[in-house]
Amino acid sequence: MGLRIIVTVKQVPDTHNVSGDAMKDDGTVNRAVLPTIFNPEDLNALEEALKIKEIAGGTVTCISMGPPNAVEVLKECLYRGADDVILVSDRRFAGADTLATSYALKCAIEKVGEYDLILCGRQAIDGDTAQVGPQIAEKLDINQLTCISKVVAVEDRSITVKRSVEDGYEIVKSRFPALLTITATANEPRPANAKQVMTYKNIGKEMCSSSYDESYIASDACAILNHVKEWNVEAIAADPEQCGLSGSPTKVKKIQSVVLAACESRQVANSDAGVADLIHELIEENIIG
Amino acid sequence: MDNQKNVMVFIESRNSKVAEVSLELLSAASRLAQELGSSVEAVALGHNLEEELKALGHYGCQRVYYTDDERLSHFTSVPYAKTITRIIKQYKPGVVLFGATTMGRDVAPRVASALKCGLTADCTDLQIGEHKIKEITYENTLLQIRPAFGGNIVATIVSPESVPSMATVREGVMKMNLPDPDKTVEIIQEPCVIDEDDFLTEILDIVREEKQVNLKAAQIIVSAGMGASDPETIGLAKELAKVLGGELGCSRPVVDSGILDKEHQVGQTGITVRPNLYIACGISGQIQHRAGMSEAKRIIAINKDPQAPIFALAHYGIVGDVKDVLGKMIKAYKTKA
Ligand SMILES: Cc1cc2nc3c(=O)[nH]c(=O)nc-3n(C[C@H](O)[C@H](O)[C@H](O)COP(=O)(O)OP(=O)(O)OC[C@H]3O[C@@H](n4cnc5c(N)ncnc54)[C@H](O)[C@@H]3O)c2cc1C
Ligand SMILES: Nc1ncnc2c1ncn2[C@@H]1O[C@H](COP(=O)(O)O)[C@@H](O)[C@H]1O
Repeated sequence: MGLRIIVTVKQVPDTHNVSGDAMKDDGTVNRAVLPTIFNPEDLNALEEALKIKEIAGGTVTCISMGPPNAVEVLKECLYRGADDVILVSDRRFAGADTLATSYALKCAIEKVGEYDLILCGRQAIDGDTAQVGPQIAEKLDINQLTCISKVVAVEDRSITVKRSVEDGYEIVKSRFPALLTITATANEPRPANAKQVMTYKNIGKEMCSSSYDESYIASDACAILNHVKEWNVEAIAADPEQCGLSGSPTKVKKIQSVVLAACESRQVANSDAGVADLIHELIEENIIG
Repeated sequence: MDNQKNVMVFIESRNSKVAEVSLELLSAASRLAQELGSSVEAVALGHNLEEELKALGHYGCQRVYYTDDERLSHFTSVPYAKTITRIIKQYKPGVVLFGATTMGRDVAPRVASALKCGLTADCTDLQIGEHKIKEITYENTLLQIRPAFGGNIVATIVSPESVPSMATVREGVMKMNLPDPDKTVEIIQEPCVIDEDDFLTEILDIVREEKQVNLKAAQIIVSAGMGASDPETIGLAKELAKVLGGELGCSRPVVDSGILDKEHQVGQTGITVRPNLYIACGISGQIQHRAGMSEAKRIIAINKDPQAPIFALAHYGIVGDVKDVLGKMIKAYKTKA
């Protein structure tokens, strides 16, 4: 029997391309103008899962917790070859910090049942915290290997990986089950497979056509929703107190827009003479030799 | 004394040496403990570290809870997380700080999850203050300050309802105190109560690689941003760094687009530097970048946009095309009288 692999994927605002109007006048973030994307390192986690499946056989199940719109990243998973996708979605999950997020994901993973490997992105670009993976592992009481830059070998009941650390790297091995967090250097994620896209569209149409009218059939959402399981708090048997805002010990006390402390600054003319004077001054003051 | 207020630092050791970030955190912890009227403690794990640990006292650490076991001589997640969790439960500090290193970022979330308490990643400042939730006012709460959302905002995070408050801080962010050799630390030996079954990771090989660039130690840094990321301009930045005897730095998008290696990246998620001279070439000056370089003694900013935020921080501003200006600088330096 093949490996049962779970991948956690998150839809994130594209913080790498924040534009000027991302901030409202009152200093809060205008999420509406930020485009959302598939968290980059989660694509690497998915790619690694698909590669392991190609070698060892098995299934890849992707889970995302987020608003209904997060179905977009799950669609992308199906297009790349995921077998099963689950959207963990409920108003009561809103406002979750990493502790509450990892709790909800842990409950969802327990509902999926048996697994050998859980693959997460190392970190999500909306906060760069890199906390959710290890916190899921702790809650499931399983081993973790973080910051994986390469999967070296998949053996019968264990996996060997390369972990990047500050002063080099280490090669480590863990038995199953284990949770891995994958970095961007691990692989080159494959693009969506056109055939896969068509398959899901077509299957969706067949399933939809019995109960929906023609105009709805055309909708992509209809096609895909037949393949997306949607689970709420009750479905994953979670304690609502530990979910969302009420399960989040960290609170945002204050948000300030950044005011730059002006320093004494001098405009240097962009001319040969201006630049030469500056270099001279720095030499005089022993800033440069 | 009310030990609920003590500030505890996780002592990271690699290759049997205490990491610099841990000493920086002890320095920060001393400042916090003074405000709280409490003491600075540490939790250390490893093998044959006693000699190394003595130096912790010089940085203001009063007590270190030390678990010595050969199996702990190299970091693995579960044994470390369980040991740290046990020490925190036993000694109940009010604040626990970790370096935001691969080790700290691996183990801290596990510990926070086991203790069901808050954890804030990559803080750039830590303060003590109060926080109100409904009618309750929490005094002496750790204010965990970090930039967020593309650098347009700075968020202050608190977690007063769960104890301890936990945070990770990157290397170089907190200033290290000058060591005081007269100050000593009490080393308290802790038993290792980890089951053999918890050693789940097998270490097959450890490879140390010499760093190609040493930004932290550089006194002069020429740093390239997206406005200087074409091959020709990067080449000029590299050349200027070389003639000045400095190193080449860069902003994050330059790393993200695969132009330079991560070890060149300055900023909140890169390296924090304090050189004598920092030359920002085609860098807009978002807060995550500034978090890594604002304490440079002199800053020169070169940018074609006179409104770029980097100018507010720079001692010398040059408005112009970066390729052009770099060329002039190299020429001026080479022909210096
Ligand atoms: C959680 C998080 C962590 C982050 N961590 C970091 C970090 O550690 N380090 C970091 O640097 N960033 C970090 N960032 C990204 C940061 O917010 C900025 O996006 C980044 O610093 C911008 O890089 P830049 O200034 O090179 O590029 P841009 O913002 O694109 O600026 C380019 C600048 O070059 C100028 N320019 C263009 N062409 C020329 C020319 N020919 N001559 C002169 N000037 C020119 C433009 O006017 C502009 O000001 C982080 C972001 C997040 C969300
Ligand atoms: N809401 C979520 N849904 C699914 N996976 C998540 C979610 N939040 C975090 N993750 C996973 O945890 C990793 C680390 O996230 P973070 O701790 O937010 O940096 C991400 O790369 C994802 O794999």
